[in-house]
Amino acid sequence: MSVSVLKPGLLSTLQDGGRRGHAAIGVGRAGAMDVPAWRLANALVGNRGNEAAIECTLVGPTLRFEHSAWIALTGAPIAARIGAFELPVWTACHVPAGSVLQLGSMAVGCRSYLAVRGGFDVAPVLGSRSSDLHAGLGHALQAGEVLPIGGEPAEPDGPAGDPRALTWRLDPQPWFDFAQAPIALLPGSHAAQLDDASRRQLVDARFRIGKDSNRTASRLDGPTLRLRAPLELISEAALPGTVQLPPSGQPIVLMAEAPVTGGYPRIGQVAAVDLPRLAQRRPGDTACFRHGTLEQAMTRLLRREQALDTLLKHIAQRLQRDGCTRA
Amino acid sequence: MNAWRRCAPHSRRTADVQVDAIRFESLAEDALLLRFGDRIDPLLNARVHAAVAILQRLQPALECVPAYASVLLRFDPLAWRSTDAATPHQMLERAARAALAGPETPAETTRQHEIPVCYGGAHGPDLAAVAQHLGLSIEQVIARHVAAGYRVAMLGFAPGFPYLLGLDPALAMPRRPDPRQRVPAGSVAIGGAQTGIYPAPLPGGWQLIGRTPLRLFDVAATPPSRLAAGDRVRFRAIDEDEFRHLHLDAEPRR
Repeated sequence: MSVSVLKPGLLSTLQDGGRRGHAAIGVGRAGAMDVPAWRLANALVGNRGNEAAIECTLVGPTLRFEHSAWIALTGAPIAARIGAFELPVWTACHVPAGSVLQLGSMAVGCRSYLAVRGGFDVAPVLGSRSSDLHAGLGHALQAGEVLPIGGEPAEPDGPAGDPRALTWRLDPQPWFDFAQAPIALLPGSHAAQLDDASRRQLVDARFRIGKDSNRTASRLDGPTLRLRAPLELISEAALPGTVQLPPSGQPIVLMAEAPVTGGYPRIGQVAAVDLPRLAQRRPGDTACFRHGTLEQAMTRLLRREQALDTLLKHIAQRLQRDGCTRA
Repeated sequence: MNAWRRCAPHSRRTADVQVDAIRFESLAEDALLLRFGDRIDPLLNARVHAAVAILQRLQPALECVPAYASVLLRFDPLAWRSTDAATPHQMLERAARAALAGPETPAETTRQHEIPVCYGGAHGPDLAAVAQHLGLSIEQVIARHVAAGYRVAMLGFAPGFPYLLGLDPALAMPRRPDPRQRVPAGSVAIGGAQTGIYPAPLPGGWQLIGRTPLRLFDVAATPPSRLAAGDRVRFRAIDEDEFRHLHLDAEPRR
Protein backbone atom coordinates (compact mmCIF):
# COMPACT_ATOMS: atom_id res chain seq x y z
CA MET A 1 0.00 0.00 0.00
CA SER A 2 1.33 3.40 -0.85
CA VAL A 3 0.65 7.05 -1.55
CA SER A 4 2.47 9.03 -4.25
CA VAL A 5 3.35 12.65 -3.67
CA LEU A 6 2.35 14.64 -6.77
CA LYS A 7 2.92 18.11 -5.26
CA PRO A 8 4.67 18.54 -1.93
CA GLY A 9 2.80 21.60 -0.60
CA LEU A 10 4.61 24.37 1.24
CA LEU A 11 6.28 22.24 3.93
CA SER A 12 4.89 18.78 4.52
CA THR A 13 6.65 16.36 6.83
CA LEU A 14 5.88 13.04 8.46
CA GLN A 15 5.44 13.39 12.23
CA ASP A 16 4.60 11.05 15.07
CA GLY A 17 4.93 11.47 18.83
CA GLY A 18 8.61 12.33 18.47
CA ARG A 19 12.02 10.90 19.16
CA ARG A 20 12.56 10.42 22.87
CA GLY A 21 15.66 9.65 24.84
CA HIS A 22 18.36 10.99 22.53
CA ALA A 23 18.83 14.57 23.77
CA ALA A 24 22.10 13.62 25.46
CA ILE A 25 23.64 12.95 22.01
CA GLY A 26 22.25 16.16 20.57
CA VAL A 27 19.06 14.76 19.00
CA GLY A 28 15.83 16.50 19.97
CA ARG A 29 12.31 15.12 19.99
CA ALA A 30 10.65 16.80 17.00
CA GLY A 31 7.21 15.22 16.50
CA ALA A 32 3.85 16.81 15.74
CA MET A 33 3.62 20.53 16.59
CA ASP A 34 -0.10 20.20 17.47
CA VAL A 35 -0.08 16.90 19.34
CA PRO A 36 -3.82 16.69 20.19
CA ALA A 37 -4.74 17.30 16.53
CA TRP A 38 -2.29 14.60 15.40
CA ARG A 39 -3.64 12.12 17.98
CA LEU A 40 -7.25 12.79 16.98
CA ALA A 41 -6.44 12.35 13.28
CA ASN A 42 -4.96 8.93 14.06
CA ALA A 43 -7.95 8.02 16.23
CA LEU A 44 -10.42 8.95 13.48
CA VAL A 45 -8.87 6.40 11.12
CA GLY A 46 -8.76 3.73 13.82
CA ASN A 47 -5.01 3.79 14.35
CA ARG A 48 -3.45 2.59 17.58
CA GLY A 49 -1.84 5.92 18.48
CA ASN A 50 1.75 6.64 17.50
CA GLU A 51 1.43 6.26 13.71
CA ALA A 52 3.12 8.90 11.56
CA ALA A 53 0.82 11.40 9.85
CA ILE A 54 1.58 14.17 7.37
CA GLU A 55 1.92 17.57 9.02
CA CYS A 56 0.98 20.17 6.39
CA THR A 57 2.08 23.79 6.72
CA LEU A 58 -0.18 26.57 5.31
CA VAL A 59 -0.62 24.80 1.95
CA GLY A 60 -1.01 21.04 1.80
CA PRO A 61 0.31 18.50 -0.73
CA THR A 62 -1.42 16.73 -3.60
CA LEU A 63 -1.34 12.96 -3.18
CA ARG A 64 -2.45 9.94 -5.18
CA PHE A 65 -3.70 6.95 -3.22
CA GLU A 66 -2.61 3.83 -5.05
CA HIS A 67 -4.96 1.73 -2.90
CA SER A 68 -8.22 2.43 -1.12
CA ALA A 69 -7.70 3.97 2.30
CA TRP A 70 -9.36 5.61 5.29
CA ILE A 71 -8.00 9.09 5.93
CA ALA A 72 -8.71 11.96 8.31
CA LEU A 73 -7.80 15.64 8.42
CA THR A 74 -7.54 17.63 11.66
CA GLY A 75 -5.80 20.75 12.94
CA ALA A 76 -6.13 23.97 10.96
CA PRO A 77 -9.20 23.82 8.65
CA ILE A 78 -7.75 22.96 5.24
CA ALA A 79 -9.40 22.87 1.81
CA ALA A 80 -9.42 19.27 0.57
CA ARG A 81 -10.96 17.73 -2.53
CA ILE A 82 -10.92 14.58 -4.62
CA GLY A 83 -12.25 15.67 -8.02
CA ALA A 84 -15.57 17.41 -7.27
CA PHE A 85 -15.91 15.86 -3.80
CA GLU A 86 -14.99 18.26 -1.01
CA LEU A 87 -13.70 16.39 1.99
CA PRO A 88 -14.96 17.42 5.41
CA VAL A 89 -12.35 17.78 8.16
CA TRP A 90 -12.37 16.31 11.71
CA THR A 91 -13.95 13.10 10.41
CA ALA A 92 -12.83 10.01 8.54
CA CYS A 93 -13.19 9.66 4.77
CA HIS A 94 -12.89 6.57 2.62
CA VAL A 95 -10.90 7.18 -0.54
CA PRO A 96 -10.95 4.65 -3.39
CA ALA A 97 -7.81 3.38 -5.10
CA GLY A 98 -6.45 5.90 -7.62
CA SER A 99 -7.93 8.94 -5.86
CA VAL A 100 -6.00 12.18 -6.20
CA LEU A 101 -6.36 14.17 -2.98
CA GLN A 102 -5.72 17.88 -3.45
CA LEU A 103 -5.04 19.72 -0.23
CA GLY A 104 -5.21 23.49 -0.52
CA SER A 105 -4.69 26.32 1.91
CA MET A 106 -5.95 26.80 5.45
CA ALA A 107 -8.60 29.39 6.24
CA VAL A 108 -6.98 30.02 9.61
CA GLY A 109 -4.17 28.36 11.52
CA CYS A 110 -0.88 27.01 10.31
CA ARG A 111 -0.79 23.21 10.51
CA SER A 112 -3.12 20.41 9.45
CA TYR A 113 -2.68 16.68 9.95
CA LEU A 114 -3.48 13.99 7.42
CA ALA A 115 -3.64 10.55 8.99
CA VAL A 116 -4.18 7.32 7.08
CA ARG A 117 -5.31 4.01 8.52
CA GLY A 118 -2.16 1.95 9.09
CA GLY A 119 0.02 5.06 9.27
CA PHE A 120 2.72 6.27 6.89
CA ASP A 121 5.14 3.42 7.33
CA VAL A 122 8.58 4.78 6.47
CA ALA A 123 11.55 3.26 8.31
CA PRO A 124 11.89 4.79 11.78
CA VAL A 125 15.12 6.61 12.65
CA LEU A 126 16.16 6.36 16.33
CA GLY A 127 12.71 5.07 17.21
CA SER A 128 10.63 7.69 15.41
CA ARG A 129 9.31 8.46 11.93
CA SER A 130 9.31 12.19 12.62
CA SER A 131 11.30 14.41 10.31
CA ASP A 132 13.62 16.74 12.20
CA LEU A 133 14.82 19.23 9.61
CA HIS A 134 16.83 21.09 12.24
CA ALA A 135 18.78 17.93 13.12
CA GLY A 136 19.02 16.74 9.51
CA LEU A 137 16.90 13.63 10.13
CA GLY A 138 14.21 12.89 7.57
CA HIS A 139 13.13 15.46 5.00
CA ALA A 140 10.22 17.52 3.71
CA LEU A 141 8.01 15.61 1.26
CA GLN A 142 9.08 15.91 -2.37
CA ALA A 143 7.20 15.46 -5.62
CA GLY A 144 7.61 11.93 -6.96
CA GLU A 145 8.14 10.40 -3.56
CA VAL A 146 6.18 7.25 -2.68
CA LEU A 147 5.13 6.78 0.95
CA PRO A 148 4.38 3.26 2.15
CA ILE A 149 1.27 2.69 4.26
CA GLY A 150 1.12 0.06 6.99
CA GLY A 151 -1.55 -2.64 7.21
CA GLU A 152 -4.07 -3.88 4.65
CA PRO A 153 -6.06 -1.87 2.08
CA ALA A 154 -9.39 -0.60 3.40
CA GLU A 155 -12.27 -2.73 2.13
CA PRO A 156 -14.43 -0.64 -0.16
CA ASP A 157 -17.85 -1.18 1.40
CA GLY A 158 -19.53 1.59 -0.61
CA PRO A 159 -19.93 2.02 -4.34
CA ALA A 160 -16.46 1.66 -5.81
CA GLY A 161 -14.88 4.81 -7.14
CA ASP A 162 -16.69 7.27 -4.89
CA PRO A 163 -15.00 8.91 -1.94
CA ARG A 164 -17.28 9.24 1.07
CA ALA A 165 -17.17 10.61 4.58
CA LEU A 166 -18.59 9.28 7.83
CA THR A 167 -21.94 10.78 8.83
CA TRP A 168 -20.49 12.37 11.98
CA ARG A 169 -17.57 14.65 12.72
CA LEU A 170 -15.77 16.01 15.75
CA ASP A 171 -16.30 19.52 17.04
CA PRO A 172 -12.91 21.15 16.38
CA GLN A 173 -13.38 23.16 19.59
CA PRO A 174 -11.62 23.12 22.01
CA TRP A 175 -8.95 21.35 19.97
CA PHE A 176 -8.51 24.21 17.55
CA ASP A 177 -8.12 27.69 19.04
CA PHE A 178 -10.24 29.94 16.80
CA ALA A 179 -10.24 32.76 19.40
CA GLN A 180 -6.43 33.03 19.61
CA ALA A 181 -6.69 33.55 23.37
CA PRO A 182 -3.64 34.67 25.42
CA ILE A 183 -0.95 32.07 26.03
CA ALA A 184 0.08 31.18 29.59
CA LEU A 185 3.71 31.86 30.39
CA LEU A 186 5.52 30.23 33.31
CA PRO A 187 8.38 32.18 34.87
CA GLY A 188 11.75 31.67 33.16
CA SER A 189 15.10 31.43 34.92
CA HIS A 190 16.08 34.96 33.86
CA ALA A 191 12.70 36.70 33.77
CA ALA A 192 13.62 38.68 36.88
CA GLN A 193 16.59 40.17 35.02
CA LEU A 194 14.35 41.88 32.45
CA ASP A 195 14.14 45.63 33.00
CA ASP A 196 10.84 46.94 34.42
CA ALA A 197 9.41 48.10 31.09
CA SER A 198 10.27 44.78 29.41
CA ARG A 199 8.70 42.76 32.22
CA ARG A 200 5.46 44.65 31.69
CA GLN A 201 5.64 44.46 27.90
CA LEU A 202 6.09 40.70 27.94
CA VAL A 203 2.49 40.33 29.12
CA ASP A 204 0.95 43.66 28.01
CA ALA A 205 2.24 43.86 24.46
CA ARG A 206 0.84 42.23 21.36
CA PHE A 207 3.52 40.28 19.51
CA ARG A 208 3.37 39.20 15.90
CA ILE A 209 4.61 35.80 14.72
CA GLY A 210 7.68 36.53 12.58
CA LYS A 211 7.85 35.34 8.99
CA ASP A 212 11.02 33.29 9.56
CA SER A 213 9.23 31.14 12.15
CA ASN A 214 9.40 27.40 11.60
CA ARG A 215 9.24 24.08 13.46
CA THR A 216 12.37 25.05 15.43
CA ALA A 217 11.14 28.38 16.75
CA SER A 218 8.33 30.91 16.59
CA ARG A 219 9.91 34.34 16.40
CA LEU A 220 8.01 37.15 18.09
CA ASP A 221 8.07 40.60 16.54
CA GLY A 222 7.09 43.36 18.94
CA PRO A 223 8.61 45.70 21.46
CA THR A 224 12.33 45.17 22.02
CA LEU A 225 12.83 43.51 25.40
CA ARG A 226 15.95 44.26 27.39
CA LEU A 227 17.74 42.84 30.38
CA ARG A 228 18.81 45.18 33.20
CA ALA A 229 22.39 44.07 32.54
CA PRO A 230 23.86 41.67 30.00
CA LEU A 231 24.10 38.06 31.19
CA GLU A 232 27.02 35.79 30.38
CA LEU A 233 25.45 32.35 30.23
CA ILE A 234 26.86 28.94 29.45
CA SER A 235 24.93 26.48 27.31
CA GLU A 236 22.44 24.27 29.07
CA ALA A 237 19.57 22.10 27.99
CA ALA A 238 16.77 23.79 26.05
CA LEU A 239 13.16 22.71 25.64
CA PRO A 240 10.17 23.23 23.38
CA GLY A 241 8.21 26.14 24.87
CA THR A 242 11.27 27.94 26.22
CA VAL A 243 11.10 31.68 25.51
CA GLN A 244 14.62 32.86 24.80
CA LEU A 245 15.83 36.44 24.52
CA PRO A 246 18.63 36.77 21.95
CA PRO A 247 20.69 40.00 21.80
CA SER A 248 18.25 41.47 19.23
CA GLY A 249 15.67 41.83 22.02
CA GLN A 250 13.00 40.04 19.96
CA PRO A 251 11.99 36.91 21.88
CA ILE A 252 11.86 33.49 20.27
CA VAL A 253 9.81 30.54 21.48
CA LEU A 254 11.46 27.18 20.87
CA MET A 255 9.09 24.69 19.25
CA ALA A 256 9.06 20.95 18.45
CA GLU A 257 12.47 20.93 16.74
CA ALA A 258 14.11 22.90 19.55
CA PRO A 259 17.86 22.44 19.72
CA VAL A 260 18.71 20.34 22.80
CA THR A 261 21.02 23.02 24.22
CA GLY A 262 21.02 26.79 24.17
CA GLY A 263 22.80 29.72 25.74
CA TYR A 264 20.35 32.63 25.50
CA PRO A 265 18.57 33.98 28.59
CA ARG A 266 15.26 32.18 29.17
CA ILE A 267 12.59 34.70 30.07
CA GLY A 268 9.62 32.35 30.17
CA GLN A 269 8.23 28.92 29.42
CA VAL A 270 5.02 28.49 27.45
CA ALA A 271 2.60 26.22 29.32
CA ALA A 272 2.70 22.83 27.59
CA VAL A 273 -1.08 22.88 27.17
CA ASP A 274 -0.78 26.12 25.15
CA LEU A 275 2.07 25.03 22.86
CA PRO A 276 -0.27 23.50 20.24
CA ARG A 277 -2.18 26.80 20.19
CA LEU A 278 1.03 28.73 19.53
CA ALA A 279 1.98 26.16 16.88
CA GLN A 280 -1.23 27.09 15.04
CA ARG A 281 -0.33 30.80 14.85
CA ARG A 282 0.96 31.59 11.39
CA PRO A 283 3.43 34.35 10.47
CA GLY A 284 1.55 37.64 10.82
CA ASP A 285 -0.84 36.33 13.50
CA THR A 286 -0.66 37.98 16.89
CA ALA A 287 0.25 36.39 20.21
CA CYS A 288 -0.36 37.78 23.70
CA PHE A 289 0.96 36.25 26.89
CA ARG A 290 -0.34 36.11 30.44
CA HIS A 291 1.43 35.04 33.60
CA GLY A 292 0.68 31.54 34.81
CA THR A 293 2.01 29.21 37.47
CA LEU A 294 3.42 25.75 37.06
CA GLU A 295 0.64 24.41 39.27
CA GLN A 296 -2.09 25.90 37.06
CA ALA A 297 -0.30 24.65 33.96
CA MET A 298 -0.09 21.12 35.38
CA THR A 299 -3.79 21.15 36.25
CA ARG A 300 -4.77 22.36 32.77
CA LEU A 301 -2.50 19.77 31.14
CA LEU A 302 -4.00 16.97 33.22
CA ARG A 303 -7.53 18.12 32.40
CA ARG A 304 -6.76 18.24 28.69
CA GLU A 305 -5.19 14.77 28.76
CA GLN A 306 -8.30 13.41 30.49
CA ALA A 307 -10.60 15.10 27.96
CA LEU A 308 -8.49 13.78 25.10
CA ASP A 309 -8.45 10.23 26.50
CA THR A 310 -12.24 10.31 26.89
CA LEU A 311 -12.69 11.55 23.34
CA LEU A 312 -10.29 8.94 21.94
CA LYS A 313 -12.36 6.22 23.63
CA HIS A 314 -15.61 7.65 22.23
CA ILE A 315 -14.13 7.75 18.74
CA ALA A 316 -13.02 4.11 18.99
CA GLN A 317 -16.51 3.07 20.17
CA ARG A 318 -18.22 5.04 17.44
CA LEU A 319 -15.97 3.57 14.73
CA GLN A 320 -16.76 0.09 16.04
CA ARG A 321 -20.49 0.80 15.93
CA ASP A 322 -20.15 2.10 12.38
CA GLY A 323 -18.20 -1.01 11.36
CA CYS A 324 -15.11 1.04 10.56
CA THR A 325 -12.69 -0.59 12.96
CA ARG A 326 -9.37 -1.86 11.88
CA ALA A 327 -9.26 -5.50 10.79
CA MET B 1 49.31 23.23 31.70
CA ASN B 2 47.23 20.18 31.07
CA ALA B 3 43.60 20.46 32.03
CA TRP B 4 43.04 16.76 31.54
CA ARG B 5 45.60 15.80 34.18
CA ARG B 6 44.18 18.42 36.49
CA CYS B 7 40.60 17.27 36.30
CA ALA B 8 40.95 13.51 35.97
CA PRO B 9 41.68 12.61 39.61
CA HIS B 10 38.70 14.66 40.78
CA SER B 11 36.28 13.04 38.40
CA ARG B 12 37.37 9.62 39.63
CA ARG B 13 36.39 10.55 43.16
CA THR B 14 32.82 9.96 42.16
CA ALA B 15 31.31 10.71 45.55
CA ASP B 16 31.82 14.44 45.10
CA VAL B 17 28.54 15.16 43.32
CA GLN B 18 28.01 17.59 46.24
CA VAL B 19 24.26 17.35 46.28
CA ASP B 20 23.88 20.24 48.72
CA ALA B 21 25.40 22.61 46.18
CA ILE B 22 22.86 21.70 43.49
CA ARG B 23 20.07 24.18 42.75
CA PHE B 24 16.86 22.55 41.53
CA GLU B 25 14.75 24.54 39.09
CA SER B 26 11.40 23.50 37.63
CA LEU B 27 11.64 24.50 33.98
CA ALA B 28 8.45 23.02 32.60
CA GLU B 29 5.69 20.52 33.35
CA ASP B 30 8.00 17.65 32.46
CA ALA B 31 11.41 19.17 33.14
CA LEU B 32 13.55 19.71 36.23
CA LEU B 33 16.99 21.31 35.95
CA LEU B 34 19.82 20.46 38.34
CA ARG B 35 22.27 23.36 38.31
CA PHE B 36 25.75 22.66 39.67
CA GLY B 37 27.19 26.10 38.92
CA ASP B 38 27.23 28.75 36.23
CA ARG B 39 30.68 28.55 34.68
CA ILE B 40 32.62 26.28 32.35
CA ASP B 41 34.81 24.34 34.77
CA PRO B 42 36.12 20.77 34.48
CA LEU B 43 35.32 20.14 38.16
CA LEU B 44 31.67 21.16 37.84
CA ASN B 45 31.39 19.22 34.61
CA ALA B 46 32.85 16.10 36.28
CA ARG B 47 30.09 16.36 38.91
CA VAL B 48 27.56 16.51 36.10
CA HIS B 49 28.83 13.25 34.60
CA ALA B 50 28.94 11.55 38.02
CA ALA B 51 25.37 12.64 38.74
CA VAL B 52 24.14 11.41 35.35
CA ALA B 53 25.76 8.01 35.92
CA ILE B 54 23.98 7.63 39.27
CA LEU B 55 20.60 8.91 38.10
CA GLN B 56 20.59 6.75 34.97
CA ARG B 57 21.25 3.68 37.09
CA LEU B 58 18.67 4.42 39.79
CA GLN B 59 15.99 6.09 37.64
CA PRO B 60 16.31 4.59 34.16
CA ALA B 61 12.98 6.07 33.02
CA LEU B 62 14.36 9.60 33.39
CA GLU B 63 15.89 11.29 30.38
CA CYS B 64 19.09 13.01 31.54
CA VAL B 65 20.55 15.80 29.41
CA PRO B 66 24.00 16.80 30.65
CA ALA B 67 25.48 20.22 29.91
CA TYR B 68 28.56 22.08 31.15
CA ALA B 69 27.29 22.63 34.68
CA SER B 70 23.74 21.30 34.70
CA VAL B 71 21.64 18.23 34.10
CA LEU B 72 18.13 18.45 32.73
CA LEU B 73 15.74 15.72 33.79
CA ARG B 74 12.74 15.12 31.56
CA PHE B 75 10.10 12.96 33.13
CA ASP B 76 6.49 11.90 32.88
CA PRO B 77 4.67 14.09 35.43
CA LEU B 78 1.81 11.58 35.59
CA ALA B 79 4.23 8.93 36.83
CA TRP B 80 5.47 11.22 39.62
CA ARG B 81 2.16 12.06 41.28
CA SER B 82 2.10 11.52 45.02
CA THR B 83 -0.54 10.80 47.60
CA ASP B 84 0.62 13.65 49.83
CA ALA B 85 0.61 17.31 48.78
CA ALA B 86 3.96 17.13 47.00
CA THR B 87 4.04 18.11 43.34
CA PRO B 88 5.67 15.81 40.78
CA HIS B 89 8.65 18.18 40.69
CA GLN B 90 9.03 17.99 44.47
CA MET B 91 8.74 14.19 44.34
CA LEU B 92 11.41 13.99 41.66
CA GLU B 93 13.68 16.43 43.50
CA ARG B 94 13.43 14.29 46.65
CA ALA B 95 14.25 11.15 44.67
CA ALA B 96 17.17 12.82 42.89
CA ARG B 97 18.57 14.24 46.16
CA ALA B 98 18.32 10.83 47.81
CA ALA B 99 19.99 9.11 44.85
CA LEU B 100 22.84 11.62 44.67
CA ALA B 101 23.39 11.70 48.43
CA GLY B 102 23.38 7.93 48.68
CA PRO B 103 26.32 5.56 48.91
CA GLU B 104 26.21 4.88 45.17
CA THR B 105 29.68 5.33 43.74
CA PRO B 106 29.49 4.30 40.12
CA ALA B 107 32.71 2.93 38.74
CA GLU B 108 34.51 5.33 36.46
CA THR B 109 33.42 3.97 33.10
CA THR B 110 34.87 6.80 31.06
CA ARG B 111 35.67 5.72 27.53
CA GLN B 112 38.83 6.92 25.82
CA HIS B 113 38.92 7.88 22.15
CA GLU B 114 41.78 8.71 19.86
CA ILE B 115 40.64 10.93 17.01
CA PRO B 116 42.99 11.09 14.01
CA VAL B 117 43.18 14.60 12.52
CA CYS B 118 44.76 15.87 9.35
CA TYR B 119 45.71 19.42 10.35
CA GLY B 120 45.93 22.41 8.02
CA GLY B 121 45.76 22.60 4.24
CA ALA B 122 42.31 22.17 2.72
CA HIS B 123 41.18 20.32 5.86
CA GLY B 124 42.01 23.18 8.23
CA PRO B 125 41.64 26.38 6.22
CA ASP B 126 41.92 28.62 9.32
CA LEU B 127 45.03 26.99 10.80
CA ALA B 128 47.51 29.53 9.39
CA ALA B 129 45.39 32.48 10.52
CA VAL B 130 44.95 30.91 13.98
CA ALA B 131 48.73 30.45 14.34
CA GLN B 132 49.36 34.02 13.24
CA HIS B 133 46.72 35.40 15.62
CA LEU B 134 48.14 33.43 18.55
CA GLY B 135 51.77 34.26 17.74
CA LEU B 136 52.64 30.59 17.33
CA SER B 137 53.96 28.56 14.45
CA ILE B 138 51.60 26.15 12.70
CA GLU B 139 53.63 23.26 14.14
CA GLN B 140 53.27 24.67 17.67
CA VAL B 141 49.49 24.96 17.31
CA ILE B 142 49.28 21.34 16.14
CA ALA B 143 51.66 20.15 18.89
CA ARG B 144 49.63 21.88 21.61
CA HIS B 145 46.29 20.65 20.22
CA VAL B 146 47.60 17.07 20.14
CA ALA B 147 49.30 17.26 23.54
CA ALA B 148 46.18 18.05 25.57
CA GLY B 149 43.68 15.54 26.93
CA TYR B 150 40.04 16.49 26.48
CA ARG B 151 36.73 15.55 27.99
CA VAL B 152 33.37 15.69 26.21
CA ALA B 153 31.55 18.24 28.37
CA MET B 154 28.28 17.86 26.49
CA LEU B 155 26.79 17.19 23.07
CA GLY B 156 24.56 19.77 21.45
CA PHE B 157 24.16 22.25 18.61
CA ALA B 158 23.69 19.31 16.21
CA PRO B 159 23.42 15.52 16.61
CA GLY B 160 26.77 14.20 17.84
CA PHE B 161 28.51 17.60 18.14
CA PRO B 162 30.93 17.37 21.11
CA TYR B 163 31.90 20.39 23.16
CA LEU B 164 35.37 19.47 24.43
CA LEU B 165 36.95 20.79 27.64
CA GLY B 166 40.71 20.86 28.00
CA LEU B 167 41.91 23.16 25.23
CA ASP B 168 45.36 24.62 25.96
CA PRO B 169 44.55 28.23 26.97
CA ALA B 170 47.26 29.40 24.55
CA LEU B 171 45.01 28.10 21.71
CA ALA B 172 41.87 30.02 22.70
CA MET B 173 40.75 31.90 19.63
CA PRO B 174 37.67 34.07 18.96
CA ARG B 175 35.04 32.76 16.55
CA ARG B 176 35.07 33.94 12.96
CA PRO B 177 33.23 37.22 12.39
CA ASP B 178 31.73 35.69 9.22
CA PRO B 179 30.39 32.19 9.98
CA ARG B 180 30.58 29.70 7.13
CA GLN B 181 27.36 28.49 5.53
CA ARG B 182 28.69 24.96 5.35
CA VAL B 183 31.54 23.39 7.30
CA PRO B 184 32.60 19.91 6.06
CA ALA B 185 31.76 16.91 8.26
CA GLY B 186 34.67 15.95 10.49
CA SER B 187 36.09 19.48 10.74
CA VAL B 188 38.01 20.02 13.98
CA ALA B 189 37.61 23.56 15.19
CA ILE B 190 38.37 26.06 17.94
CA GLY B 191 35.67 28.40 19.24
CA GLY B 192 36.77 30.59 22.15
CA ALA B 193 38.26 28.38 24.88
CA GLN B 194 36.64 25.25 23.46
CA THR B 195 37.38 22.81 20.72
CA GLY B 196 34.87 20.64 18.91
CA ILE B 197 34.24 18.48 15.87
CA TYR B 198 31.48 19.09 13.30
CA PRO B 199 29.80 15.67 12.88
CA ALA B 200 27.95 16.64 9.68
CA PRO B 201 28.05 19.42 7.10
CA LEU B 202 26.75 22.37 9.12
CA PRO B 203 26.90 26.13 9.24
CA GLY B 204 29.60 27.17 11.67
CA GLY B 205 31.58 30.07 13.04
CA TRP B 206 34.43 28.21 14.74
CA GLN B 207 37.99 28.31 13.38
CA LEU B 208 38.72 25.19 11.31
CA ILE B 209 42.19 23.80 12.06
CA GLY B 210 41.89 20.24 10.73
CA ARG B 211 39.58 17.40 9.85
CA THR B 212 39.06 13.86 11.04
CA PRO B 213 38.17 11.12 8.56
CA LEU B 214 36.09 9.35 11.22
CA ARG B 215 32.31 9.47 11.17
CA LEU B 216 31.08 10.91 14.45
CA PHE B 217 27.38 10.42 13.95
CA ASP B 218 25.53 7.73 12.04
CA VAL B 219 21.88 6.97 12.75
CA ALA B 220 22.39 3.42 11.50
CA ALA B 221 25.16 2.74 14.04
CA THR B 222 24.71 1.63 17.65
CA PRO B 223 25.19 3.91 19.42
CA PRO B 224 24.65 6.56 16.75
CA SER B 225 27.11 9.00 18.32
CA ARG B 226 30.76 7.92 18.53
CA LEU B 227 31.27 10.25 21.49
CA ALA B 228 29.16 10.52 24.65
CA ALA B 229 29.20 13.20 27.33
CA GLY B 230 31.94 12.40 29.84
CA ASP B 231 34.14 10.53 27.34
CA ARG B 232 37.83 11.42 27.12
CA VAL B 233 39.40 12.35 23.82
CA ARG B 234 42.90 12.77 22.44
CA PHE B 235 43.82 13.90 18.96
CA ARG B 236 46.50 12.28 16.80
CA ALA B 237 48.01 14.12 13.84
CA ILE B 238 47.84 12.18 10.57
CA ASP B 239 48.94 12.98 7.02
CA GLU B 240 46.86 13.21 3.87
CA ASP B 241 47.51 9.58 2.87
CA GLU B 242 46.27 8.23 6.17
CA PHE B 243 43.31 10.62 6.01
CA ARG B 244 42.27 9.22 2.63
CA HIS B 245 42.78 5.65 3.77
CA LEU B 246 40.72 6.11 6.95
CA HIS B 247 38.11 8.18 5.15
CA LEU B 248 37.28 5.26 2.86
CA ASP B 249 36.91 2.98 5.87
CA ALA B 250 34.62 5.48 7.53
CA GLU B 251 32.12 5.61 4.66
CA PRO B 252 28.73 4.42 5.84
CA ARG B 253 27.93 0.83 5.04
CA ARG B 254 24.66 0.44 3.15
